[in-house]
Amino acid sequence: MVKRLTASPLVWPALALIALLAVNVIVTPSFLSIRLQDGHLFGSLIDILRNGAPTMLVALGMTLVIASRGIDLSVGAVVAIAGALACAHIAGSADPAGPGTVITAMGIALGVAAGLGFWNGILVSIFGIQPIIATLVLMTAGRGIALLVTGGQIITVTSPPFKTLGAGYALGLPVAILVSLSVFALVGVLTRRTALGLLLESIGVNPEASRLAGVRYRTIVFAVYVFSALCAGVAGLMIASNISAADANNAGLWIEMDAILAVVIGGTSLLGGRFSLTGTILGALIIQTLTTTVYTAGIPPETTLVFKALVVIAVCLMQAPKFRALVRNRRPRRTSAHRTPEPSPKVTPIAQIHPVSEMSQL
Amino acid sequence: MTADTAVVELQDVTVEFPGVKALDGVDFRLLPREIHALMGENGAGKSTLIKALTGVYDTQSGRIMVDGNDLRFTGPRQAQDAGISTVYQEVNLCANLTVAENILLGREPRRFGHIDHRAMKRRSRELLAELDLNIEPGSVLGTHPIAVQQLVAIARAMAVKAKVLILDEPTSSLDADEVAELFRVMRRLRDCGTAILFVSHFLDQVYEISDRMTVLRNGRLVGEYLTAALSKVQLVAAMLGHDLELLEEIGDAASATKAREGQPVLSAVGIGRTPGVHPVDLDVGRGEVVGLAGLLGSGRTELARLIFGADRATSGTMLVNGKSTTLRSPRAAIAKGFAFTSEDRKGEGIIGELSVRDNLVLALQARRGFARPLAKKTKDDLVTRYLDALDIRPRNPDALVKNLSGGNQQKVLLARWLITDPELLILDEPTRGIDVGAKAQIQKLVTDLAAEGMAVVFISAELEEVTRISDRIAVLRDGHCIAQVGSDCTVNELTALIAGGVQ
Repeated sequence: MVKRLTASPLVWPALALIALLAVNVIVTPSFLSIRLQDGHLFGSLIDILRNGAPTMLVALGMTLVIASRGIDLSVGAVVAIAGALACAHIAGSADPAGPGTVITAMGIALGVAAGLGFWNGILVSIFGIQPIIATLVLMTAGRGIALLVTGGQIITVTSPPFKTLGAGYALGLPVAILVSLSVFALVGVLTRRTALGLLLESIGVNPEASRLAGVRYRTIVFAVYVFSALCAGVAGLMIASNISAADANNAGLWIEMDAILAVVIGGTSLLGGRFSLTGTILGALIIQTLTTTVYTAGIPPETTLVFKALVVIAVCLMQAPKFRALVRNRRPRRTSAHRTPEPSPKVTPIAQIHPVSEMSQL
Repeated sequence: MTADTAVVELQDVTVEFPGVKALDGVDFRLLPREIHALMGENGAGKSTLIKALTGVYDTQSGRIMVDGNDLRFTGPRQAQDAGISTVYQEVNLCANLTVAENILLGREPRRFGHIDHRAMKRRSRELLAELDLNIEPGSVLGTHPIAVQQLVAIARAMAVKAKVLILDEPTSSLDADEVAELFRVMRRLRDCGTAILFVSHFLDQVYEISDRMTVLRNGRLVGEYLTAALSKVQLVAAMLGHDLELLEEIGDAASATKAREGQPVLSAVGIGRTPGVHPVDLDVGRGEVVGLAGLLGSGRTELARLIFGADRATSGTMLVNGKSTTLRSPRAAIAKGFAFTSEDRKGEGIIGELSVRDNLVLALQARRGFARPLAKKTKDDLVTRYLDALDIRPRNPDALVKNLSGGNQQKVLLARWLITDPELLILDEPTRGIDVGAKAQIQKLVTDLAAEGMAVVFISAELEEVTRISDRIAVLRDGHCIAQVGSDCTVNELTALIAGGVQ
């Protein structure tokens, strides 16, 4: 049982998360408490979930891209563009608080995000450009586009309906959490209840063999980039909505790195192939909890990155087969010591193994 | 008994991979001054034994003794230090370095901290002279033929004063003269006291060179024999563990298949692709096996890929069941009931990191589209049925395909397509690099499928196999289809056609 548990790749990220939470409880005993206020849930755990919601979303899209043997560096730029477009539209409209305005704004933002995913998808699946290069283009150019949209300013908006997505509550929980979890559920159903997961994994492991087996290679690769960009678009809306402003310079900055980290911590290999959505969610939570821990524990915020790096290395080492073998090799010595005194039960008649009797003449 | 004088001895060694027991309690010994052949089908455990012996794989249990001392290898380096050197199937030297650099790579003689090139050449020349190999140590390795490179690899192995030399399929890319040269070197080394472990698929060579042999089957030891005391038939029977009736049955079945009738499943007219394939006409009828024969690069693989839509034809038309069709992609071909297994099993066939189950259902699932997943029960039924029907071992649908032997991987690929119930099966070298047993099984399967009405295009570099299985053979040379002959064509006639002597 223990063996089966430690064999599961999800064990290490789960343990890391639990350990992190434990550290927090020691530092702040009230860390796990959740209180109900005005029908809304409050507490550090809820904060972690809400603040981690954009990273989770982006990481979910990234998981599928990485499973297809790709990588999407442009998600941070897409986050910035989506937020900028939505805020620019709302700020420029006559009725910033009207639901119609907000829906249009979100529609524009997501439409453009999908278009950007389209662009990445075409570069990678049709023209066969290496994903890291193809998406690097948009990573660099995208933030510039966002700055053009905002005119270099931080656009603030006053629009209660828009604020709902990032800062609002529904069913007692922050809307952002609900959105991210629904996307998680949706992707889970889409990949594991249909055959999409299998086809995606087969492409990731061996693209040419998959093509020859009749898998729609291009369509699927194309689709994952569009999906990744859409996830980034929603995340961008969340971030802008949370602060009621579009900050083209800082919104989604380095989120691609957090997302890739989340995917890797979650046990999906950057070489493509098998992926774990649950692992990715755990990974995103670890990253967010780390950030929160740094704040609550009173560690100087500038050390956050170092702290993050340490945890990431620890989790990655735990997942590395070689490291695990090293740890495991420390144990068998004891078992072999147990075994030595036992008489060997297997007595093989030599004559049967060496059928040719002339052997002895050699 | 002379067991205690063995240079290398394995006792009860077991090596396991997830889902596969690659070596199961195997004993093995190598005596000094002998050339010992390691025999077995693919998947018998030959490579695993070699890798256990050279420290590449860790052993789960058992003992490895060198000169009577218990050793536990945790890496290739330790095996080398113990005097065990290996020359692998693919020459793994650096083609862009000189011969001398290759021989002494990592052990360069030094002088004042710098590499002493003169000493290096001198030492290399000595080693090469020991092998009677007269080449300039300063020449770039890549400029020499493969056979010479192979010998350089052996010289490299000898540079570390190897007590044991392991040669894994050293002759697979050599011609007859080169093999003779290699054997001469091997005998010389043996006479100087080196123990040589030799692996080869070629029985004639094994009989020519080896003193003793060890036969493995399914990861277990079958026996240890004196070569002189074991006939070829006995050896093959030991390797296969069953008799050879299967092969005889195939010949009968092939000759029993009737001449084709009715409309051909595939009728290609002037199909070609510049520059590799000049326009070719090819008909394949229901229940017919059409062989494509030719040398490597003659266009046989390229033609097969055109038919399957893996590459796009630049000329010609194709009729499928009488209807004109353009195949722009493998998907389109699959929709027409085509199936294709590539000659590059690893690169274009299996999805290594996925399970046998996933690999088996991939083509069918891809055709159905992602939105219509196969029900778990249907999937399990299909998988069980085909694991049994094709005798895929291990019988474990959750095993990763990459851990299966070559022959079993090939069967998985065949099953992947048979599950889609194709009308036309295109097989490019389905029996290459796999053992005699799996080969016979696959050949039999092909003739059985044809007897049931499937159209088959069969490519093989082995002309015996092509003539035995095919009803008709298209002969290709330099991208031209130069002849189409019937099944009564003998191997000699076919060889002459391919070589261009007779037309």
